[in-house]
Amino acid sequence: MKKSAIIGALAASTLLAGAASAATLDDVKARGELNCGVNVGLTGFGMADANGTWVGFDVDLCRAVAAAVLGDPTKVKFVPTTGETRFTALASGEIDLLVRNSTATFTRDVDLKFDFVGINYYDGQGFMVKKELGVSSAKELDGATVCIQTGTTTELNLADFFKANNMTYTPVTVQDDSEAQRQYLAGACDAYTTDASGLAAGRATMADADNHIILPEIISKEPLGPLVRHGDNVWGDIVRWTFNTLLIAEEKGITKANIEEVAASSTDPEVRRLLGLEGDMGKMFGLDNEWAKRAIAANGNYGEIFETNLGTGTPIGLARGLNALWTQGGLQYAWPMR
Amino acid sequence: MAFATSRAEASKGGFRLSMLIYDTRFRAITLQVVALILFLLFIGWLTDNVIRNLDAKGKDINFGFLWVRAGYDIEQTLIPYTNDSSHGRAVIIGLLNTLVVAFFGCILATVIGVIVGVLRLSNNWLISRLMTIYVEIFRNVPLLLWILLTFVVISETMPAPAAFKITPAILESRAALEGIEAQAGGNGFWSRITGLQTLSLPFFLWLLALIGISASAWQYARSRLDAGKAALIAAIPAVLWIVAALTVFSPSLSPVLADSEASAIGPTEPAASKFFFDSIALTNRGTNVPAPLLDRPLGGTEIVSVPVNYSVLAVIAVIIVSVLANRSVIRRANKLQETTGTRPTTWWISLLILFLPLILLLVALGLHWEVPAFPVNDEGVSQGFNFRGGIQVMHSFTALLIALSLYTSAFIAEIVRAGIQAISRGQSEAAAALGLRPGRTMKLVILPQALRVIIPPLISQYLNLTKNTSLGIAVSYLDLRGTLGGITLNQTGRELECMLLMMLIYLTISLIISSGMNAFNSAVKLKER
Repeated sequence: MKKSAIIGALAASTLLAGAASAATLDDVKARGELNCGVNVGLTGFGMADANGTWVGFDVDLCRAVAAAVLGDPTKVKFVPTTGETRFTALASGEIDLLVRNSTATFTRDVDLKFDFVGINYYDGQGFMVKKELGVSSAKELDGATVCIQTGTTTELNLADFFKANNMTYTPVTVQDDSEAQRQYLAGACDAYTTDASGLAAGRATMADADNHIILPEIISKEPLGPLVRHGDNVWGDIVRWTFNTLLIAEEKGITKANIEEVAASSTDPEVRRLLGLEGDMGKMFGLDNEWAKRAIAANGNYGEIFETNLGTGTPIGLARGLNALWTQGGLQYAWPMR
Repeated sequence: MAFATSRAEASKGGFRLSMLIYDTRFRAITLQVVALILFLLFIGWLTDNVIRNLDAKGKDINFGFLWVRAGYDIEQTLIPYTNDSSHGRAVIIGLLNTLVVAFFGCILATVIGVIVGVLRLSNNWLISRLMTIYVEIFRNVPLLLWILLTFVVISETMPAPAAFKITPAILESRAALEGIEAQAGGNGFWSRITGLQTLSLPFFLWLLALIGISASAWQYARSRLDAGKAALIAAIPAVLWIVAALTVFSPSLSPVLADSEASAIGPTEPAASKFFFDSIALTNRGTNVPAPLLDRPLGGTEIVSVPVNYSVLAVIAVIIVSVLANRSVIRRANKLQETTGTRPTTWWISLLILFLPLILLLVALGLHWEVPAFPVNDEGVSQGFNFRGGIQVMHSFTALLIALSLYTSAFIAEIVRAGIQAISRGQSEAAAALGLRPGRTMKLVILPQALRVIIPPLISQYLNLTKNTSLGIAVSYLDLRGTLGGITLNQTGRELECMLLMMLIYLTISLIISSGMNAFNSAVKLKER
């Protein structure tokens, strides 16, 4: 009987998984709601505010996709996922789309059967320490206790970094960002390591932000992006081009405020194609021609989303850096809309 | 089907198919066979479903990841492990972490549980009510909350490792203090007595303790000895207490320096200090205890990449031999007592047999302790972030162990109480009539009989405790759930394989525990002839 219970449980879980694989676009349309996997709570990227409304850089991409597909940026069900649960949630069909500071890697792309459809934030792993430790470089952390989120690429980078520099450390493995910060502030670890953007976001929420410094070393490449299940190419295309749309809109200076005006007056053929005034772009993947216009109108273009959630005007205060458009020395380079 | 048919044909000549339903002799078998077939079909359908769905997602069932480099680090490793080790080894590390918590948890829970269970039946109103409160508090609050509470309490109340460090500022203050002391004429024995602060709270507490110690020692001694000797006995602890005041407590009782001079100097000792002869350090991260080191170890080998230490084996072997030898001494003493009526004095023989060989072996191996300490530079300033040397027992382990033990002990206490109450009152009355004191009645008469009632439910408590160790994930304890079901699962994305393997391992552990306990049960249960 024990054996049967095991297989039963497994079968039940995979049954659910199997049911939701096929055409995600049809499922989303039929449901009338987009299930978007986001961070449990990372200031600036994805967290529920005091009113229970989800805000953040990743959240806004979910809203843009919902606006493009369903015509309404509010028709999103945000599913908070931890570093551990996120991929299972996506693979099982619990969510249609995962936008949760997830690093694109070979195994996630190939072995876990996901598709990274874009990189919405170029990041790298850093360390945060208390100022009073008197540490100015990550290379001085020999023998330190380090808080690390489990189930992440940072866990592996950390091990590699200390090994490459012939140093030792004690890991304290925690489940999510808030627990990691609690442990770090309580002194359970000397340093907290995660994506540099996450560190900046975490530091911004600390009561004594000035007592903590982020060390200059960036020990890894962390291209963070939205991902979908492998095999449903149409759905992947929709998310990819929604993201590209936001980038093109920034290139072309289309903002949330001026979009109607641009749509009425623009003669630029790419802008006209983007906003659905020319051609049948949307129909090609099963949407109407106004999809891109709605995506931009939801929360503005990429630059606007960045500035509202992470930019220098916010407590997090991140500079665009690598995430500036390619025309301004960054890496964000949209594919042409034609 | 075939079974039913062949039996029918063998026993009776005229068998009709309808008899399978209408004949009561066959109906029971028919129903069981049908149920079995349906059950097997159901399993087959589920298995088929799993395979089909995995296939549809382009996934296979493959345990090859167990031999791939793990790449992550684990904070508590009982056998050697680095991030170059395989996922399979990480699984074993996790399994050992699970087992070590479960093992010590079961022992601790049993000890506390038995004590609480027995005390709950005490005639002392206060003690029995206190034990009732204990049981009700621990068993009515979810285990996870106890684990988190224990973890938070022990990690937030302890000082950070940095508080143990000797900073340049401390060295400066020490130098300054030495200068002042040299002027004041040192802090000799005499200055400690003259500088006694008789109007301070520490002195008052100390005096109170002195009176208490003397009075209780005197009272204890008087009940056994005559008055003259009793006074002598009572004087010994009092003298010891006064000596302690002049040596150990002297800074708080008689600060040698005037306050004004001392306050000008910063702290001369780190904010926190190790205790137990400066060997154990409690920090907000863990408990640093000394590690045993051998000057002349016997070496060791590796069996299937699990290290085997000959020195440890030798120690275990000596202990086993000593215990066996001691048993035979006691057996001989019992025999002698039964035949002649006088029991030879054995306590010193037992002590010698039990401890002398072990001590000799450890001296021969050159046992010494590596005390955890911060490395210091030439000036004597502590370096680094954490204690070096010794063994660090992480608070995740301690918190999990304490919470699991306390929680499970509440249930065990109830089981013990039930077992004791199942023994009829006549037994204890008979024991009392024989002149046995309550303690011996419990030990010799009640508990041996109660065990047969206690052990079966105890098995399931042990199983519960073992499975509950998986809650360690809440305090970042990397047990089997944390390694195989957590990091390995995430890094490899092999959910099905990891879950299957984890279930299989937990199932195996549980079956081993319950079969072991069942064997124990059949050994102690009432033998009916």
